[in-house]
Amino acid sequence: MSEKIFMKGCEAVAEAAIRAGCRFYAGYPITPQNEVPEYLSRMMPKVGGVFLQGESEVASANMLYAGGVSGTRSMTTSSSCGISLMSEAISWMALQHVPTVIGNFARGGPGIGSIQPSQQDYVQATKASGNGGFQMIVLAPATVQEAVDMTYEAFDLADKYSFPTYILLDGFIGTMMEPVVLPPAKTDEEIAAIKASKKWVPNGSRGKNSLDQKGTLDYRNEKEAEMYEEWKKTEVKYETYLTEDAEVILTGYGISARIAKSVVNDMRKEGYKVGFIRPLRVNPFPEQAFEDLDYSKVRGILCTELSKPALYAVDVKNVVRGRCPVETALRSGGEIITADEIYEAAVKLYGAK
Amino acid sequence: MAKGKVEINIETCKSCLFCVETCPKKVLNYTEAVNKKGYQYVIPVNPDDCIGCAMCATICPEAAITVYRA
Amino acid sequence: MELVYKKPEIISDTQPNNFCPGCMHSSTWKIISEVVEEMGLADKTVWVAGVGCVANAHRYIQLDRFGIGHGRGCAGASAFKRCNPETFVFTYQGDGDLAAIGLAETMSAANRGDNFTVIFVNNGTYGMTGGQMAPTTLIGQKTTTTPYGRTAEEHGYPMHMCEILNVLEAPSYIARVTTADVPNAKKAKQAVRDAFQHQLDGKGFSFVEFISNCPTNWGMTPLESLDHIHNTVLKEFPLGVFRNR
Repeated sequence: MSEKIFMKGCEAVAEAAIRAGCRFYAGYPITPQNEVPEYLSRMMPKVGGVFLQGESEVASANMLYAGGVSGTRSMTTSSSCGISLMSEAISWMALQHVPTVIGNFARGGPGIGSIQPSQQDYVQATKASGNGGFQMIVLAPATVQEAVDMTYEAFDLADKYSFPTYILLDGFIGTMMEPVVLPPAKTDEEIAAIKASKKWVPNGSRGKNSLDQKGTLDYRNEKEAEMYEEWKKTEVKYETYLTEDAEVILTGYGISARIAKSVVNDMRKEGYKVGFIRPLRVNPFPEQAFEDLDYSKVRGILCTELSKPALYAVDVKNVVRGRCPVETALRSGGEIITADEIYEAAVKLYGAK
Repeated sequence: MAKGKVEINIETCKSCLFCVETCPKKVLNYTEAVNKKGYQYVIPVNPDDCIGCAMCATICPEAAITVYRA
Repeated sequence: MELVYKKPEIISDTQPNNFCPGCMHSSTWKIISEVVEEMGLADKTVWVAGVGCVANAHRYIQLDRFGIGHGRGCAGASAFKRCNPETFVFTYQGDGDLAAIGLAETMSAANRGDNFTVIFVNNGTYGMTGGQMAPTTLIGQKTTTTPYGRTAEEHGYPMHMCEILNVLEAPSYIARVTTADVPNAKKAKQAVRDAFQHQLDGKGFSFVEFISNCPTNWGMTPLESLDHIHNTVLKEFPLGVFRNR
């Protein structure tokens, strides 16, 4: 199955979900992710799954919650303002430890914003996807191939922790076409075994399998806080590139990081010692990547984001703790940052060669 | 000899008196005594008049009444 | 002597029923428990708990359950039943839950004809939060947010959910019942039995509205609340089977 095929991001994510054993999808139309529900409305009947178009994002996310409660591997996707409407149900998933996968093909904001790609939902995704202070593992792909691999992985993470798992994409990843290698499709037997392994599913056990978490809310919140701390040890994933001798670090996640990485290569050719850090997961945050830098050499860190104000850069500053300047190169509202803009900001931060 | 018999779980009775009002034979009434929750629970004060019609059990919200018929 | 009536086993012997004295939520749950038991459904029942006074049923009703956000019962039941069609599913929702915050979810599930049953408890007020105006509050009725009484000019008219749903094509069973007297309680039980049978037969969306009371927030004794239902509420909300296909 190592054959490369050419796929649009949304459809690749949808196909990866099917192959991961997703057999329930609920969603509501919103640009730029409509190809996900469209693809799954075609495919779910063919694999014995359930596709349900909700009457709103609020309803769709609650359908997703109930799909997760049924023990079925379940997913929804939406975009930015649609995700805001889903926050009620996402918070319930955290409350009741319901495993689900939520994909956000982010667009401009606030409010209805624009339909073009954006990265303005970073804080919402990593810190406040609903009331109550819960967190999710947030996967941040930068290519269609990563979107495929991370979608596939997201279902395992959701089941591992019995918790909602979030994929923070953007409109670029969803709408562009790239060659991808698709993961193997889980068999019907494997999918049935996954569903059967969920012993807590309400199924007619006369109240024994009601979806009630045990203990006081304070106790349960403490257990969840311990889980988030555990994630910092076990679930951090990031990429570093040419950081060992670097004097300026370019950093970002998703599509803007992909542009920044191309700038690193260009600047290296010109003799600038620049390196690159990219979280593959923006929560838990890759603190270690920044701890490992030699701050006696690093003149500054440049954060690239499709967001104004900067959001990711705040987390970087919190980790760097003043050991070097942290600057930003930003665009928002659906506008794409260019390699030239990043280049200019990086050269300025570098100072004299 | 009564035609019917009612048994009331006095600890689940909340003294709403639906049964007292509904009983066609005025078999039931509340007591001066209270149960553990503080309700003046209902008992069959005229058990000999019971006909076992189960109207009390049908109207009782708490399912506190068991009914037998001869 | 022959046993004529005893408590359904689904109603716990040990967990307390925390509904108020005379609250017909308890009466409704008693009927549901009887029918589930008589139809042999307990071992495949999963009910969907709305938000409000229904939380009082969580412990003493021994059936599998999952809770869901306020108003979202019909969305959740649609998804759960489609994923696990071998289960028997009903939602239990109050008037604020079903007819205000969840109106879109209710109408949409009914319009899809999703194959589950709704038990809708209409007592004209938000009981758990202390007696505010509901979509079903009667004209003239005083609540904590209509202290001078509901007026049509300011608040509109009470919503009749059975009649509203009855204009949709998909629902297969729609009835309005009450447990305020013995003959009606028997009809109510039959309506629940019929609605459940519709689901078992795969006919789609079935809906039973219970005209209920709230002695605590109505400021009445339980017996006064029964009189109020007969003398006033039933004039606004006529009982009957609206659809049985």
